[in-house]
Amino acid sequence: MKSLLTILLLFTLAFNISASEEVELQEANIDLSDTDSLQRGAQHFVTYCLGCHSAKHIRYLRFALDVGVDPKKVLNDIAPEGSSIYDQIHSAMNKHDAEKWFGVQPPDLSLIARSRGADWLYSYLKSYYIDTSRPFGVNNLVFQDTAMPNPLWKLQGEQHAEARKTIYGEYTKLVLDAPGTLSEHEFDLFVNDLVNFLVYVGEPVKLERERLGKFVLLFLVIFLVIAYLLKKEYWKDVD
Amino acid sequence: MKPSRLAECGNWVLNRFPVTKFWNDHMAQYYAPKNFNIWYFFGSLALLVLVNQILTGILLTMNYKPDAKLAFDSVEYIMRDVPWGWLVRYMHSTGASAFFIVIYLHMFRALLYGSFKHPRELIWIFGMLLFVALMAEAFMGYLLPWGQMSFWGAQVIISLFSAIPVIGDDLSLWIRGDYVIADATLNRFFAFHVIAVPLVLVMLVFMHLVALHEVGSNNPDGIEIKESKDPWGHPVDGIPFHPYYTIKDLVGVGVFLLFFATVIFYMPEMGGYFLEHANFIPADPMKTPEHIAPVWYFTPFYSILRAIPDKFAGVIGMGGSIVVLFLMPWLDRCKVKSIRYRGGIFKKALFLFVISFLALGYLGTQPVTPIATTMARLFTTIYFGFFLLMPIYTRWEKTKPVPRRLTKVKSFEDQLHEIEEQIPAFIEEITEVKPASTEIGHPAFKGAFFNRRPNPKGIAHVLSRVATKLKRSLD
Repeated sequence: MKSLLTILLLFTLAFNISASEEVELQEANIDLSDTDSLQRGAQHFVTYCLGCHSAKHIRYLRFALDVGVDPKKVLNDIAPEGSSIYDQIHSAMNKHDAEKWFGVQPPDLSLIARSRGADWLYSYLKSYYIDTSRPFGVNNLVFQDTAMPNPLWKLQGEQHAEARKTIYGEYTKLVLDAPGTLSEHEFDLFVNDLVNFLVYVGEPVKLERERLGKFVLLFLVIFLVIAYLLKKEYWKDVD
Repeated sequence: MKPSRLAECGNWVLNRFPVTKFWNDHMAQYYAPKNFNIWYFFGSLALLVLVNQILTGILLTMNYKPDAKLAFDSVEYIMRDVPWGWLVRYMHSTGASAFFIVIYLHMFRALLYGSFKHPRELIWIFGMLLFVALMAEAFMGYLLPWGQMSFWGAQVIISLFSAIPVIGDDLSLWIRGDYVIADATLNRFFAFHVIAVPLVLVMLVFMHLVALHEVGSNNPDGIEIKESKDPWGHPVDGIPFHPYYTIKDLVGVGVFLLFFATVIFYMPEMGGYFLEHANFIPADPMKTPEHIAPVWYFTPFYSILRAIPDKFAGVIGMGGSIVVLFLMPWLDRCKVKSIRYRGGIFKKALFLFVISFLALGYLGTQPVTPIATTMARLFTTIYFGFFLLMPIYTRWEKTKPVPRRLTKVKSFEDQLHEIEEQIPAFIEEITEVKPASTEIGHPAFKGAFFNRRPNPKGIAHVLSRVATKLKRSLD
């Protein structure tokens, strides 16, 4: 039986290694308690994403309450003109136009952070490169042949992909050709704010649930102690 | 003294409705063996989770819309705009996974202590029916959020029916009510999930418990406590379920809720196992996800399905993997119930079975690769081998003598205390004292510092002791 176990273990190991090869993702620095970052992210979202994408599961008011800013400020600084504070974050683009222009309707982004993950979004937004064979002239390293043009190219600048070889194998590196209006570091922070906002939108209640969890767990520990003492008392006479 | 008005009212009811009798039969005068261990918590926990699912489920239906156009959004509405909706939803989604964890452990307990054997065959059958109903309930419930995995998971599973020769295609069409999973499917699954299957579940739970209380509970020693009774006709080794086990189960409830709440408040997605990432994308019949994986509790059976090359044979295999469980009481020919007194061959077989079940579960979550398929076939063979060879290997099992009365187990505190006492000796054994480096530190203390370093010889000693102990426990 021992040898059988060894074989099983070996198999499992071999199996793990053969996992699919994907582009290594860069790590986003997510901090939902950073309300400044969330507000900047919301502004970026409205400026750069809302043209095509909605976030229809969140309302401006909810954002204002969660982030702790005056709803009026949200209306003035973040929401597009003419929106009401009770509105959900809807896009102005209609479905038929979108399909005509992009081939697909740009997805709603309310839950994108929950389906793709923060690191994926962060890497995705940073990994556009020039590819003249594509309809919009750009391709993406993280999501090959994406239908989405790069909305942030003015900020980031233009990148091209270069195949590099190392002793560990080949990989693709993105090289900046023409710098954009933001420096590399500034752009990283910019994307990070945006992703931070998307993570918040994915689950607005997250901070609240983590805060409440402490009290629930504390209560349960007290309950458990009392239940245990009660059990001991009742079971004294059982041998 | 004249009874008070309230007592009179109470008596009026009690004379007409057997509450007292019911309470005594099933709680206060139901005698349970006094040596239940940790494995015996999961029955009451399953009941707790069932109640949780029903209550949170009722609350969810108040805002959920069973409509292909609205379903996905209504779930997000519950998560965001309904006060406390997120908590109710997470309790329900986590409860589904918790239900299976608890039920799997509950079933494993039955395998360990032979709770499925004479005279408890019917309890096991009801339990297995419960398990099948629970799988149906979970499968149909998973379609309701109408995410990508809901849709494609259901699509894959229902298309399995079309593998049945002759009637297959019509049958799967009849189940779906459309050519693909669609609004009609969602509506009927909603009906089944919310009322039909829960009614079956509750009825089966009732029958499971009535059957249990008729023959009495098994115990870790696998002996019948009813065989030794005191002059009053109560089992000597039994104690009334209430208050002893009601109070004891409260402790189990506390521990369980600690885990449960940790998941709900800190990891509701459980790394994509309890709530799959792809299910946060609305169902799209035009876009097949790259990798369709059922929720974790179905993966062992899904693995068996994928391991068998022919589709129809795979469906038979998957069905068979559950049917063989029903046959347990007749497959196991050994008269001894508890693993404590059973032969080494059964212990080894059970060990292999557990390994293969877990491995199949893991493989079911992974994409298909040639290695994975080979592994899945190996483990499928072990899975079926455990059951189908059971009549052979249990017949000649070398069992140990079974005691007539319950054996005494050390209490938890005593065990803890014993371990505590062994710790210094244990540390002494796996480490050795060596003088610390003399280069650092003040010269005056030269050689005065001693460090404990791991002692390879001692560690090897301990490991070999553990190995022999393990081997002896398996014989």
